[in-house]
Amino acid sequence: MINILRLAFKNLTRYKRRSILTGLLIVLGVGAVIVFTGLSDSFKRLMIGQITDSMLSHLQVHKKGYVASIDNLPLNLNLSPTAYQRLAGMLKAEPALAGFAPRLKLGAMLSNFETTTAVRINGIDPEAENLVAPDLKDRVSGREPGQPLVGRGEILLPEVLARGLDLKPGSEVVVVATNQEGSVNGLPLKVGGVVASVMGPGGRDGYMHIDDAAALLRMNAPEISEVAVRLTDFDQLDQVAARLKAALGEFKNPKGMPMFELHTWADLAPFAHIARLIDLMTVFIKAILVAVVLISILNVMMMSVFERVREIGTLMAIGTTPAKVAQLFLAEGFILGLISSLAGAAVGVGTIAALNATKVSFLFGMGQQIVLAPTIGAGTVLAVCLIVIAVAALASLHPAMKASRLEPVEALRHV
Amino acid sequence: MDLVSLEHVGKTYRLGEVEISALTEVSLTVKEGAFACLVGPSGSGKTTILNLIGCLDQPSSGKVLVTGQDTSALGRREAAVFRGQHLGFVFQGFNLLPVLTVYENVEYPLLMIRHLPKAERGAAVTRVLEAVGIGDQRDKYPDQLSGGQRQRVAVARALVGKPALVLADEPTANLDHATAGMVIGLMKQMRDQFGTTFIFSTHDPRIVSQAETLYTLSDGRLVDVRAGQAGVKEADHD
Repeated sequence: MINILRLAFKNLTRYKRRSILTGLLIVLGVGAVIVFTGLSDSFKRLMIGQITDSMLSHLQVHKKGYVASIDNLPLNLNLSPTAYQRLAGMLKAEPALAGFAPRLKLGAMLSNFETTTAVRINGIDPEAENLVAPDLKDRVSGREPGQPLVGRGEILLPEVLARGLDLKPGSEVVVVATNQEGSVNGLPLKVGGVVASVMGPGGRDGYMHIDDAAALLRMNAPEISEVAVRLTDFDQLDQVAARLKAALGEFKNPKGMPMFELHTWADLAPFAHIARLIDLMTVFIKAILVAVVLISILNVMMMSVFERVREIGTLMAIGTTPAKVAQLFLAEGFILGLISSLAGAAVGVGTIAALNATKVSFLFGMGQQIVLAPTIGAGTVLAVCLIVIAVAALASLHPAMKASRLEPVEALRHV
Repeated sequence: MDLVSLEHVGKTYRLGEVEISALTEVSLTVKEGAFACLVGPSGSGKTTILNLIGCLDQPSSGKVLVTGQDTSALGRREAAVFRGQHLGFVFQGFNLLPVLTVYENVEYPLLMIRHLPKAERGAAVTRVLEAVGIGDQRDKYPDQLSGGQRQRVAVARALVGKPALVLADEPTANLDHATAGMVIGLMKQMRDQFGTTFIFSTHDPRIVSQAETLYTLSDGRLVDVRAGQAGVKEADHD
């Protein structure tokens, strides 16, 4: 086989320009796929990180039916303190969790004493929230170092709303909300900071201490709208979610129906659809690469067979079996695919390294500077190379079979 | 002993609706160690006979025996294996592989077909290259050689596997007269040195004179078999 590969390589050098042009096409294709995959994965990872680390966290548990009505922030679908305690006990027993945080969500009116507007309030436990949304504090401006995420008597306002009402850290506001029984209550608060916008739901959310939120709603003990859950390893999301779902299924309400519902970030964030679209585009780009390799190798190998008919006849005349003739042409396609894919992988990985070195950034959302840090796994590079090599060999199959089926006497007569 | 035997061989080709007869009822034998020549005008059936003896084609009727084996019904693979083991070919257009050096071209049958070890290949290739007088050209590529040198390489390639029979279809057609004479002389010398049987075809009356046995063909029929001038001279000498 090594002799066939050696002869095949020599044959490829016969038409240098053609082989180099075909190879370059594949190099560009492989390089482009690797760079695109690296960039899209990096962008996806970055966005998912933004969404989960500064807002949603990896998983959320609600009372059954809450998510279906989440836009209304229904107070009647909160978990009772007892139900939350049961849920917390179960979550504490799960070793794959980095932490969990209760949230009390409500719709309220915010006034700067001149203008009143609606606001979505998240009552949070600052310590627990830091565990499940560690980047939230980085989105908050106007806080002193060492201060908790949000203190009692403070409210963190979304920047769109703060700008609209001309509110700054230290400004005084009043928040008015109606509780489940229909009674209205107001709470004077100081603006503790401004939260930068981020993609996805919650871009207009304000935050206050969970005890203040409970007091605003005149609850004796805080009821819980949602429990945000963060995993130690994001890659284990599907397995842990399935395990938690099974465990939550054990909790039934008095009617025997499931008490909780669990959703992953992908169920809650519209970006999940974009992420799926990016995955689809990656597949599409790979399909284009396959087509490029298939057509270019098929074309070059067919030309090679047509130009070497007489030579094929000679090889057969001096005793080369049809199978070995086929192997020779298959080997030519294989070598062209192998060398081109390795060169393409080097170009792709080199481009990714160059992008990382130059720290390419772009503006995202409300003036947020995102630095692209594309990475590509060795497995992905290997998979792309293997696909190209396999397609190259496959594309050579037809010309190889055509060559092996030539009748030597006719091939020798060919001019 | 007969190395080649054709018994009532016929060959017809179909050209669309028309059936063309290339050979009709040809019977001949070629003895081991012969230096035989097929002569006749274009279209007389010389190349067809060489193709049939060389297992490159199959007869429409009759039987072809080479080294005692009936090759008339060999499959494509079996025919290739048979050619690789027993036959050598010299072509009018030399048909060397342009990407291989002289040495590699001659080595090809031993490497790719016989799968001999390197040392054995090296000894055989060197011996045959020296024998045909191009040992000093071994690292050159075919396009760096003259026509005569290329045909010497082709003869070396045909002989390197020590075949029982070498078939040469108009081996001198692309060569000037002096080179043609030299190539035929070389083939004869190789026959003497290695004991290989040679069957070649030609139009050239000056080359014909080198043959020991002449098979004359006309319109696909064998019309005459006689000793050539070389054969007559040898017989006289004996």
